[in-house]
Amino acid sequence: MIRLFLSGDHPQSRVLAALLLVILVTLAFAPFLFPGTRSLETAARICIFIVLVASYDLLLGYAGIVSFAHTMFFGMGAYGVAIATQRMGTGYDALITGTVAGTALAAVFALGIALFSLRVRAIFFAMITLAIASAVGVLVSQLSGITGGEDGMNIRIPRELTPAFRPFDEPVMGLRITGRHLNYYLVFFSCLIMFLVLLRVVNSPFGRVLQAIRENAFRAEAIGYRVVYYRAMATVLSAAVAALAGAVFAIWLRYVGPATTLGVEIMLDILLIVVIGGMGTMYGAVIGTVVFVLAQNYLKDWMGGASDATSFLPLVPDLLNPDRWLMWLGILFILSVYFFPSGVVGRLRGKA
Amino acid sequence: MTLSTEHAPEHAPKMARLSLSERLQPWLPVLLVPALVLAGYLMISSPSSWLTLTVSGLAMGMMIFVIASGMTLVFGLMDVINFGHGAFVSFGAFVGVSVLLVLSGMTGAPSLLLNLLAVGAAMLAAMAVTGVLGLGFERIIVRPVYGSHLKQILVTMGGLIVAEQLIHVIWGGEEIFIGRPEMLKGSVTVFGATLEKYRLVAVGLGLVLFVIMRAVLRNTKLGLIVRAGVENPEMVQAMGYHIRRVFVLVFVAGSALAGLGGVMWALYQEMITAHMGMEIMILVFIVVIIGGLGSVEGCFIGALLVGLMQNYTAFLEPKLALISNIALMVAILMWRPQGMMPVIKAK
Repeated sequence: MIRLFLSGDHPQSRVLAALLLVILVTLAFAPFLFPGTRSLETAARICIFIVLVASYDLLLGYAGIVSFAHTMFFGMGAYGVAIATQRMGTGYDALITGTVAGTALAAVFALGIALFSLRVRAIFFAMITLAIASAVGVLVSQLSGITGGEDGMNIRIPRELTPAFRPFDEPVMGLRITGRHLNYYLVFFSCLIMFLVLLRVVNSPFGRVLQAIRENAFRAEAIGYRVVYYRAMATVLSAAVAALAGAVFAIWLRYVGPATTLGVEIMLDILLIVVIGGMGTMYGAVIGTVVFVLAQNYLKDWMGGASDATSFLPLVPDLLNPDRWLMWLGILFILSVYFFPSGVVGRLRGKA
Repeated sequence: MTLSTEHAPEHAPKMARLSLSERLQPWLPVLLVPALVLAGYLMISSPSSWLTLTVSGLAMGMMIFVIASGMTLVFGLMDVINFGHGAFVSFGAFVGVSVLLVLSGMTGAPSLLLNLLAVGAAMLAAMAVTGVLGLGFERIIVRPVYGSHLKQILVTMGGLIVAEQLIHVIWGGEEIFIGRPEMLKGSVTVFGATLEKYRLVAVGLGLVLFVIMRAVLRNTKLGLIVRAGVENPEMVQAMGYHIRRVFVLVFVAGSALAGLGGVMWALYQEMITAHMGMEIMILVFIVVIIGGLGSVEGCFIGALLVGLMQNYTAFLEPKLALISNIALMVAILMWRPQGMMPVIKAK
């Protein structure tokens, strides 16, 4: 059973297995374990980012392609839902239409970019996606008639998914269930399914070919695999999953805006998480995301304390300023690329 | 010797003459610049705004060229793709602006000589700092990841993040506004078109730099080694030249030029942020790709095209400015997938 779910890709390390189990259980019972709104918000964000990062890992870790347009696809899913609910009114049909339309758009876009730039030179892909993603970002904030511009759009979702909805009169296990919790479980299960599908994909023959291409594209081509086809398919698949994650994110947050879905910062976050968690491992996305989100919440506090404690020294307080945490993460990122390219997960598996 | 002349065959070797179109072929991209200028003239009804836009497009193109030239050479020479190049632009801008703020007595004086001296000092300081920075960047960030494009992109991106954060540490998180020196403010009127003085200076400076760079690459021994290295580094190495040392030199020069470009850009925008390098890099990537990785001439033409395109579309349809450059890139890659003037690698 477990074998079926994990597609035969076991954690291969007791510590890793234990960590993954703890994370799974914690996320599954998050509403009961941490009743606060803020912690529920964090748990949902972790679920969505795990899928977003895992879909990026498919591209970066398995196919060896660097893309800077992943947040663009994420945003397409989110804006798809937002625009559909605005045009069609509140309802499940609007949510589904928006999700499908956004995902289809992302897939078509990804196919176009992939065929266009991977055909020429794989290295162009990173630069071209960066240029296109920023152009789309600028366009989204300027076409305010359709996208709400810089302000973004609020999304009206069906009442069953909002805090106002109370399905039970009595508390369940000491918790008053609201629509918000139902919404959380929608997020949790759709993310779980998407993650398992991705795990299935990378352990399929298709995934093996991608790894072969990553290791030696020339040899893979010589064996008889159409490298461009496989790379393009990986791009399309990862874009489609990113768009689905974006749609789920929009339904959860009930808001989309350029900063929350399309920003360069989110793209950099994804890159950092994949590399620190472990490229080409899928589980790295889970570990990396949890470490990253926890670090974002707690490292900053610790840095603030350290900055105050060293305020008598020159320069040191500035370096430890909580706003500079990205710098330390950047240094950690560079070190992990040099010394542990397979990240935390690779270390735990003992073959870094 | 006599033997060979006696037995030499009667006929002399003949060079097949290329037809005119074949000889023009490699230079076709050069014609794109006047073609785009002409297209701009036809699209924009008023000649005076067209002239203004053309000058500012050329100024922007020159600045992008100054920044992009180092990057394209570094790629050509060692197959290193440096996403952190933008960090040198930001650092150069911040160092240059700091110098200009210190020399505010000179920039505020109504004397062209003093103004230019101050700007020159700012540029030299920026180039010195970014050159040293480039040396460190090459050693620490780039050197361990030769041969792997994937790791290069990741690590140099990491380097860019760290460098941007360092700017925040040193100069604080706020953007800095900088006025142009007294004599470079304002504009002159030519044929009814207002041309900002600074833009004319930027065009002149860019042209001078291009000519110097071309002269160094064409007429000096170092330039010969660099050009040969771009085509076939192993062979240059085999000839006894230390190609790694040449590469470090080019990397440092490229970083210094990016720093210079940063100062020029700072005075163009009159405002600097730590993030500016990253923003410019988007245009730089387009230029480097359409020019042909490794080609300085292609980079120059590409930069002019991008600068002009950006300014014309910003006037005609402001929302499409960046998209138009993406369209330009797509069109050019359809026409020549390796860029306008690809460097033929001997491999």
